[in-house]
Amino acid sequence: MEAEDPTPPGRGTAAARQVADILGPFLGLIVVVALFGAVAPEGFLSVFNAKTIATQTVIVGLAAIGATFIIRSGGIDLSVGSAIALASVVTALAMKAGLGELPSALLGVVAGAAVGAVNGGLVTLLKLPPFIVTLGTLGAARGAAKWLADEQKVDAPSGWLKQFMSKNPDLSGLPGVIRENVPDWLVLAPGVWLMGLSAVAAAFLLRRTVFGTWTTAIGSNEPTARLCGVPVERTKFAIYVFAGAMAGLAGVLQFGRLTVGDPTTAMGKELDVIAAVVIGGASLSGGTGTILGAMIGAFLMATLANGCNLSGVPNFVQEILVGAIIVGAVTLDGFRSRRRTS
Amino acid sequence: METGAVLRRQRPPRLLIKGVTKRFGGVHALRGVDLEADVGEVHALLGENGAGKSTLMKVVAGAQPPDSGALWIDGAPFAPSSPREARERGVAMIYQELNLCPHLSVLENVTLGRETSRLGVKRLDAARERLSQVLTDLEVTSFSADTLVSGLGPGDRQLVEIARALCLDATIIVFDEPTSSLSAPDVERLFRVTRRLVDGGVTVLWISHFLDEVKAIGNRFTVLRDGETVGRGEVSDTSTDEMVTTMAGRSVSEAYPRSPRAPGAAVLSVQGLAGASAPRDASFELRAGEILGVFGLVGAGRTEMLRSLYGLDPMVSGEVELRGATIERPRPPRWVELGVGLLSEDRAREGVALELSIADNVTLSSVRRLANRVGALTRMAREAAAEPWRERLSLRASSTRQPVRDLSGGNQQKVAIARLMECGAEVLLLDEPTRGIDVGARVEVYRLLDRLAVEGKAILMVSSHLPELLGTCDRIAVMHRGVLGAARPREEWTEDAALAAATGGTA
Repeated sequence: MEAEDPTPPGRGTAAARQVADILGPFLGLIVVVALFGAVAPEGFLSVFNAKTIATQTVIVGLAAIGATFIIRSGGIDLSVGSAIALASVVTALAMKAGLGELPSALLGVVAGAAVGAVNGGLVTLLKLPPFIVTLGTLGAARGAAKWLADEQKVDAPSGWLKQFMSKNPDLSGLPGVIRENVPDWLVLAPGVWLMGLSAVAAAFLLRRTVFGTWTTAIGSNEPTARLCGVPVERTKFAIYVFAGAMAGLAGVLQFGRLTVGDPTTAMGKELDVIAAVVIGGASLSGGTGTILGAMIGAFLMATLANGCNLSGVPNFVQEILVGAIIVGAVTLDGFRSRRRTS
Repeated sequence: METGAVLRRQRPPRLLIKGVTKRFGGVHALRGVDLEADVGEVHALLGENGAGKSTLMKVVAGAQPPDSGALWIDGAPFAPSSPREARERGVAMIYQELNLCPHLSVLENVTLGRETSRLGVKRLDAARERLSQVLTDLEVTSFSADTLVSGLGPGDRQLVEIARALCLDATIIVFDEPTSSLSAPDVERLFRVTRRLVDGGVTVLWISHFLDEVKAIGNRFTVLRDGETVGRGEVSDTSTDEMVTTMAGRSVSEAYPRSPRAPGAAVLSVQGLAGASAPRDASFELRAGEILGVFGLVGAGRTEMLRSLYGLDPMVSGEVELRGATIERPRPPRWVELGVGLLSEDRAREGVALELSIADNVTLSSVRRLANRVGALTRMAREAAAEPWRERLSLRASSTRQPVRDLSGGNQQKVAIARLMECGAEVLLLDEPTRGIDVGARVEVYRLLDRLAVEGKAILMVSSHLPELLGTCDRIAVMHRGVLGAARPREEWTEDAALAAATGGTA
């Protein structure tokens, strides 16, 4: 067979491709903002509202950072919402037991990482499909959270953890020079800063480190990665633990936001997280998906929810819209990748 | 020059293989292979499908240990226990299905699994420099170290693999059918690159059944047949005819039942059929009451021809007429209605439904006709329809309720053919109908086909087993690299001529 060499459409460097890949989600975000800017009342296009949306992005955004690694490696994680709830309960219980804020927060992150370790362990040791494994831990982690919390909200003293999700954070801890000169629009909830810094670090991890390259290689062509000497099982395990820890961090902030440990919180959040990653340009077949894209996806969904609320659009319309956007984003991506491979 | 030649004589061969055997279950895949390849030569490995080339390469690559026999590299014993160990000894494989991660850049692919790093952060400057040097040496201008592999065509991807082999300091590079998916300019470039490799002291093992290409690139050759080394020599001293004879060299011993047939008018006529990548140009006429054979080697585009004709893969161009009426872009359900049935080469996945019973399988394509007035399909109706076939095909099964999984390969194939007949097919397109079937059952399939042809069915049979085509067909056409040659009566064909046409050698 002398196949006609198809003119490669996607020929270009990794950097060029990344810009092209992020363009779609970014345009989507602009369209949503422009749409509500025209429809919604005045308040929508204000700095204050932008800060509100940014704060509402944090929980899904942090979890989406971890989920990007999983989806890029060709896996899926359905246990995110339950891991968030478990982490919030663990943090609350630790605070209640008199541990300080930092140790309590760390314990919350560890609880999330433990869910990730169970996921990764089952996926790599028993060679089970991630969908089934995380469907199992979706139930099990939720159950564990309810068990620990005795099926009710866990009240706990919340100190500065509460500040993390506050739109008007207490700046008294900052040095006087900064406090007096910081412009108003930079006074974001610390959680937003945390999300931003985590995203930059994760993007570095994905792009520049061996771990990030192996993550992509496994999602792109697992047999080849194995043939080339990539420790596939160990890498996958690390990916799930990392993603679990990110969900745990989201859970700690969820505790800060609610000021209680709630075992029933973040129900169904896993779907928002997957949606954010997918809207950001990831394909569930692995190999693609960027941190920036996932952040845009999370921000887009929060903007949509916020805009609908402000314009008095009923909740059900909002749910239909989110559904349509997910399917639309994946359809567009399908066209793109088909063009690439045909 | 003289001293160089003397030196080469004194050095042990780069790769020496002696008396290697390998058996899988009761099948002898290799029964005594000898091969000797020198430093700086392109050594061609020839043989028909199933001659043992792939198994031998798996042994060399460390994927399969041999049962007996031994290998040496540069005079040192070589018994790799894993592909990794073989790689460390300088053996690089470049398979037909390329082993690359499309989402990574060329550099990331080349360094995958052996990245240099500090605190986990990649430090690839040295590797990048090496790769750039290798790409310059290979005169690659169409891509660079940072190009994403997903944007590269098959020819460029192959060069990435070659570059990876060179960055790994490979001394033996094995190409498995390297040109089968390349365009003509890419083949030319590959030849140039290969010559440069051997000039640099690399030994290339070139597996191919395209003799024209072996003539162009090879220095010496080894021929395998039925798992044995049956010939070797200098490419320049040997004609393609001689190579073909060595490759084929077997007697036709199987019995081919054959009744007198009277082919009638053309039923199916295909003009200039082309698919997405294969076939490139296929034209034929299929007549009622005949068996038309299509011969070709694996990868020639025969299966693709049937699939694009049947609407399973896109048809790019071509005209199809059935009983004089033009058919536009037909889909499989329409073909079934028109009485044209296709039998896939992949019996287990596309031929039969293994978990279902014989009755369910035989009636699978005819459920609409067998359903009663309210649309329900009773088991009784299915079994009643299937029962005659059990007798007619002498199926070795106690009842039609038996799951197809329990049947032998030959009987499964008979069930698959019965399914086509049950839904009223007058034209049968059969892709490798005797693949994986033992000799006895094969003869039964031949007998069935013979009877169907006598009854007036039009049968097209694709096969890579030449003797069966010569034995059962009325006419034979040969496919070579996506182009189907003219069909000629089987009396005009010899094994050598067909093999030569299929390999591009001159008949």
